[in-house]
Amino acid sequence: MIEARGLSKRFGAIEAVREISFVAGDGRITGLLGPNGAGKSTSLRLICGVLAPDHGDARIDGIDVAGEASAARARLGALPHSAGLYGHLTGRENIAYFGALHRIPAARIAREIDRWRERLDMAGFLDRPAKSYSQGQRIKVALVRALVHQPRNLVLDEPTNGLDVMAIRALRGVLEELRAEGRCILFSSHVMQEVSALCDRIVIVGGGRVLADDTPAALRIRSGTATLEEAFLRILADGEREDEAPDGAGAA
Amino acid sequence: MRALWTVFRKELLENARDRRTLFSALVFGPLLGPLLFGVMVSRIVAENAGGLRHDVALAVVHGERAPDLLAYLTSAGARLWRAPFGARGARDAVVRGLAGVVLIVPRDYPQRFSHGEPARVLLVADSADNATRRDAARAGALLQSYASNIAQRRLQVRGVDPLVAAPVTVDAIDVASASGRAVSLIGLMTYFVLFAVLMGGLYFAIDATAGERERGSLEPLLMVPIARGALVGGKILATCAAMAASLAICLAAFLGVLHLLPLERLGMRSDFGPLMALEFFAICTPFVPLGAALMTFVASFTRSYREAQSYVAAVLLVPTLPIAFASIYSLRASPAWMFVPSLSQHLLMTNLLEGRPIAAIDALVSAASSVLVALVLFGFTQRQWRREAMLG
Repeated sequence: MIEARGLSKRFGAIEAVREISFVAGDGRITGLLGPNGAGKSTSLRLICGVLAPDHGDARIDGIDVAGEASAARARLGALPHSAGLYGHLTGRENIAYFGALHRIPAARIAREIDRWRERLDMAGFLDRPAKSYSQGQRIKVALVRALVHQPRNLVLDEPTNGLDVMAIRALRGVLEELRAEGRCILFSSHVMQEVSALCDRIVIVGGGRVLADDTPAALRIRSGTATLEEAFLRILADGEREDEAPDGAGAA
Repeated sequence: MRALWTVFRKELLENARDRRTLFSALVFGPLLGPLLFGVMVSRIVAENAGGLRHDVALAVVHGERAPDLLAYLTSAGARLWRAPFGARGARDAVVRGLAGVVLIVPRDYPQRFSHGEPARVLLVADSADNATRRDAARAGALLQSYASNIAQRRLQVRGVDPLVAAPVTVDAIDVASASGRAVSLIGLMTYFVLFAVLMGGLYFAIDATAGERERGSLEPLLMVPIARGALVGGKILATCAAMAASLAICLAAFLGVLHLLPLERLGMRSDFGPLMALEFFAICTPFVPLGAALMTFVASFTRSYREAQSYVAAVLLVPTLPIAFASIYSLRASPAWMFVPSLSQHLLMTNLLEGRPIAAIDALVSAASSVLVALVLFGFTQRQWRREAMLG
């Protein structure tokens, strides 16, 4: 389970994230949906503990990310926005390196890699240097790298960027399997279809704030629109109006 | 500790597969110095050897006016040849490089000479031309000695003891060229050794920091539950390994180069054998972690490979400054200088090369101060890696 409780983060004059709170439960896929620059990546980085919040805290399975960083991180797998690989290492070596850093025994790492090799159809490229990979192959290896220590929680930042349809489908299948295993999955996207196809719960962020947090169906009903896309646009527009209201034009 | 070892092994494996990194760490860095040194020294040897055996070549205009002078010059080893140009063409011939040094015997020479008046000869040469300057000096000296010969004979003829005209004789023993060159060569050699140490780790340090960031592998790495100290430590250690390898290769290459060079022709002895190479290695070892930590620290502030390259390359200049300082002020190893890393290594190595003993305390202070600075830099680097700004 991932909890964000009143997370705020400011970079100089810019308030990237304001009082963000939500809960991503186990056995569920939670989508963090918002336009570019809404604060999605910053929220995820705060949750992963690579950024420290100015206020609020993030908890992984109840463990404070800032307070017990190692314990929290051990329960978390992450596929950040820039999921770069080491080009001179093979996919297998890339994964094994992170497994070793998580103190997973080599034999177990090898078993995990073999399992994912079959599951994600990676046999053709797993033992080639990563610099020759396509974007889809790169994401697959980065995903296995994030899962090699079998974390209960998985955070993915715009994982489908640059992927073709086949790769997106494979990724979607994996996420659904992980959900069925009772894991907690939190991923960010600005693509409506992805979120609506996968998520049990959607957290809509805009201007660094949480604008809505509900199931897809409830969001549609609440905003009185026929499609989720319209609901999304309506909620964003409402959010912007609210932002402007309190202190006039200056805040825009 | 296990995480540190994991990081260390991965950095070595990754860089071992990178041709550019490997080339600069194991070929370019360590071999550039010894090769340059070899070329420079053999050039100096060639020049000096030439200076010792070389006969002066002298173009003579109107030599028939001074047969006695010519006979003297020939017997003193000068190679004379009749100039195909006249007195007026001499200057032009020298400027155009047709002749190196030209001796002109003026028309009034025979008459003045036979009357015992000062007889003038002209020596034309280009003093800006290194190759002929030595010839000109030598020719001038030969003419002087001919003149004093004649003076002695004339005094004898008049019944005066020639010694009267020589109240003081000077025997100049010139040691400047050989030992002066030796000192500057030694400065070069120790600089090349320290350069090889740093160069060996240059791309390792860049790859481990700016490279990690540029590839986008830094963020997932920072999410792994290991201490930043272990992460930075493993990276610095891998850089150290490359630097130590570079140092060893460089010293081995110097062994080979110095073995091949005819140093004794410069009046230099080469005591640089396997034992001294080992001593050099021991002296430079404490400088290795310092260089690794320094380059990693500097590279930690840069956002891209390119930026890191220019900043970290500037670090390569660090060892030159104290060495330049040392040669300008002719510093000798003293306890105070042992606190200055790179300068202390330079001075200790220089001591060994010049055959002077090294005080144990000096070696100890040099090593301790270098390791201390390395630890401080490691602390700074670790702090930098804990900052959010690392993500960039």
